[in-house]
Amino acid sequence: MSFGRMHRKEDARFIRGRGNYVDDVRLPGMLHGAILRSPHAHARILSIDTSAAEAHPKVRAVITGQTLAGLNLAWMPTLSNDVQAVLATDKVRFQGQEVAFVVAEDAYSARDALELIEVDYEPLDAVVDARRALDEDSPVIRDDLEGRTSNRIFDWEAGDRERTDAIFAGAEVTINQDMIYPRVHPAPLETCGAVADFDKVTGKLTVWCPTQAPHAHRTLYALVAGLPEHKIRVISPDIGGGFGGKVGIYPGYVCAIVGSIVTGRPVKWMEDRSENLMATAFARDYHMSGEVAATRDGVIQAIRVKVLADHGAFNGTAQPTKFPAGFFHVFTGSYDLQAAHCEVTGVYTNKAPGGVAYACSFRVTEAVYLVERLIDVLAAELGLDPAELRLRNLLKPDQFPYTSPTGWEYDSGDYIKTMRMAMDIAGYDKLRAEQADKRARGELMGIGISFFTEAVGAGPRKHMDILGLGMADGAELRVHPTGKAVLRVSCQSQGQGHETTFAQIVGHELGIPADDVEVVHGDTDQTPFGLGTYGSRSTPVSGAATAIVARKVRERARLVAAAMLECSPDDLDWQIDESAEGRAGSWAVRGDPASRKSMQEIALAAHSALELPDGVEGHLDAVTVYNPPNLTYPFGAYICVVDVDPGTGQVKVRRFVAVDDCGVRINPMIVEGQIHGGLADGVGMALMQVMAFDEEGNHLGASFMDYLLPTSMECPSWELGETVTPSPHHPLGAKGVGESATVGSPPAVVNAVVDALAPYGIRHADMPLTPANVWRVIQGDPFRTDLAIP
Amino acid sequence: MQVTITVNGLPYTREVEPRLLLVHFLRDELNLTGTHWGCDTSNCGVCTVQLDGVPVKSCTVLAVMADGHEVTTVEGLERDGELDAVQKGFMECHGLQCGFCTPGMLLTARWLLDREPHPDEGTIREAISGQLCRCTGYENIVKSIQRAAEL
Ligand code: FES
Ligand code: FES
Repeated sequence: MSFGRMHRKEDARFIRGRGNYVDDVRLPGMLHGAILRSPHAHARILSIDTSAAEAHPKVRAVITGQTLAGLNLAWMPTLSNDVQAVLATDKVRFQGQEVAFVVAEDAYSARDALELIEVDYEPLDAVVDARRALDEDSPVIRDDLEGRTSNRIFDWEAGDRERTDAIFAGAEVTINQDMIYPRVHPAPLETCGAVADFDKVTGKLTVWCPTQAPHAHRTLYALVAGLPEHKIRVISPDIGGGFGGKVGIYPGYVCAIVGSIVTGRPVKWMEDRSENLMATAFARDYHMSGEVAATRDGVIQAIRVKVLADHGAFNGTAQPTKFPAGFFHVFTGSYDLQAAHCEVTGVYTNKAPGGVAYACSFRVTEAVYLVERLIDVLAAELGLDPAELRLRNLLKPDQFPYTSPTGWEYDSGDYIKTMRMAMDIAGYDKLRAEQADKRARGELMGIGISFFTEAVGAGPRKHMDILGLGMADGAELRVHPTGKAVLRVSCQSQGQGHETTFAQIVGHELGIPADDVEVVHGDTDQTPFGLGTYGSRSTPVSGAATAIVARKVRERARLVAAAMLECSPDDLDWQIDESAEGRAGSWAVRGDPASRKSMQEIALAAHSALELPDGVEGHLDAVTVYNPPNLTYPFGAYICVVDVDPGTGQVKVRRFVAVDDCGVRINPMIVEGQIHGGLADGVGMALMQVMAFDEEGNHLGASFMDYLLPTSMECPSWELGETVTPSPHHPLGAKGVGESATVGSPPAVVNAVVDALAPYGIRHADMPLTPANVWRVIQGDPFRTDLAIP
Repeated sequence: MQVTITVNGLPYTREVEPRLLLVHFLRDELNLTGTHWGCDTSNCGVCTVQLDGVPVKSCTVLAVMADGHEVTTVEGLERDGELDAVQKGFMECHGLQCGFCTPGMLLTARWLLDREPHPDEGTIREAISGQLCRCTGYENIVKSIQRAAEL
């Protein structure tokens, strides 16, 4: 089996309950840590009394910010070159911030001891509403940073302001719309945690932790803790979902490490769900103001955007250094525009740090939501069907590679074909006819469209980095004498099925069964350096590295085959035979295909006494580093159909059609599964998920009772379609897909609900469209979804 | 307190704190780590096991409440080296990605098929509606259970 629907190798352990997640790691003598967190969003710490906790018979250590300050570890760098408190020393800056760490013999005792710690706080006014963060009288949150007198983090812009303004000045039609992409949380079902084991004798630190980027963690630990990097081993075991929330380093990880160093025993720390929701990386929190300039007959000319970005108390977004707003400036979307401009201002607030997390492709999610909502507002203004308006403006196949007005180079696309396929599957015209009938009867039915272009596979290392570490990824392939192979890659699966997909790539390139390929990942002592799995980059980057390293092996095999067949390597052709047993590759003498050597025969010979020509090393193993020449640009057309109950505001997603083009699909089963998951995310964000705060900065979504996630009842049966436009620069033509559906689906759902509410003259409503919110919108009295402030 | 709980057919007697949750008893006392833990509010369902044949959220059951009762966990589904039909169904229909919700889903699926060998889609969706999955969008979980019904 080469490319195709191969069952996943990893399932064998998961269906038996034999996965190995971080909380399953048990070491002899292991202690357990728990974190005391701030009840206040903003307060000065006057004193911390840990004596009662220390006296608890099962407690082995209590660590505070002061302890850490003595080790120069009270603050750690964030992924955006800011600093974040590991344990607070001066002030707490968000509710749930880490204040003290208790290490005890068991997890229950550690929690008991938290209750014994006395902290005296002086509460301060909290900055909760990002729109107030820059007010003159707003308290300065980051007074720890020298010379800081306001909560402004950065101002950034992209595009051509003058050209954009000129087009707006002369435009026949302009529209504008303010919208909030509220703060949400990826909420993987496995929370974060770590097991740290510092061996005093060897000086080796081993950290088990569900990280999407184990190599970046190792380097950061080396820089933060001053430990030599070769003495640090980060093991990322099975991960119970990541979605971007497991990229960064959390204070708990550092606490577990310090706990192990202090006690000389392994320390496990696992956060609970409310800690996860309150303190680990949030996503979005973009307050956007968008404008479109167009002609009266529906030709879109320019887009102009202002964004206020709420980054929380520490700027911890994981994004390339050059791009403080991530890839947000891809907001011109899938359309042929003349000009565009955006301004983004980032501010501190008294909320948890985080940023791009949640399958968002470095803020492409916000960009796509913005443009797809604006297109619908424009369609309403012009009285045009939103499908028709999109068809008039989508980029045409002959425009690729296409350089966008903000400087992105889209690799390939056939947008109209994809859009038409979605409309066909949905039966678009029939749906519109049904809607007209229903409207006549006073029933609310909505049809929402979204067409998205993703920008994934970061990235060319000269443009894309995390804290100066370039986004290139390594791969190493060993072929054993019997022709079985071991692939080692730097990326790490959180459920994406890399052990299967990457084995399929090797099998495809070497002409051996994918079952003969073992994939090793998630252990920095065993895998080559690379930046990991996020931003849909595994297949675009590590997948490319895998194909290339396999091709290197194939070329090495050619030299050995030539020695075996006593001919010149130039006289050999690579031959693939497909049969029921699978795919078999061999090097065959040109013009004499019967004279050939299979990969298995070559592997054995490569390790044998066979005499090899000068300069041929023997063995077949190879390594590579892949530095992508460009991002890849998957795209798709989504259509959502909803019914809204005017009496209750309840939205029912009746149908959801998703046509994705992610280039060549290596394992279509896995690709479809990822799309399903992302679509559910989109329904969740559009209809129910939000992390709101009250005016004191209390978190109103800190449990699964309050932060609602979609269940099997809210999700329809997804209707998928596919088109395949290969990426011209990826060695397999693949583009990556993990985040496409999360990026593309929220605007389709919101557009559908707003379309359903059109009879009330409504053009926009902010997510999440909960029954209460929809009902209020119908009454002409919408409320703020992100803040519970009157 | 002393409890004796039969887990996957074998009785285990342990001295436990009265507040110990069944999920922690299974994971920490018996090292049956296939049962997961994912929330503080009994919402996620990754801790689902069968108690006397009925699915329960083991984070919401004290170990002492299970004293004298029978518990089945994911580790108990495979019999004599033969996978249960629900395990096969999930594997064939890609009913799992990260695998974290999977053990709980399998135990609910088993219970459902025991009561109703050929459930329709709506019945399946309702049966698993107390359990979250963040990866699959539920589609392939439903298909996996339908497939298991055929096996
Ligand atoms: S752990 Fe979430 S319901 Fe039991
Ligand atoms: S497979 Fe990941 S939560 Fe269900």
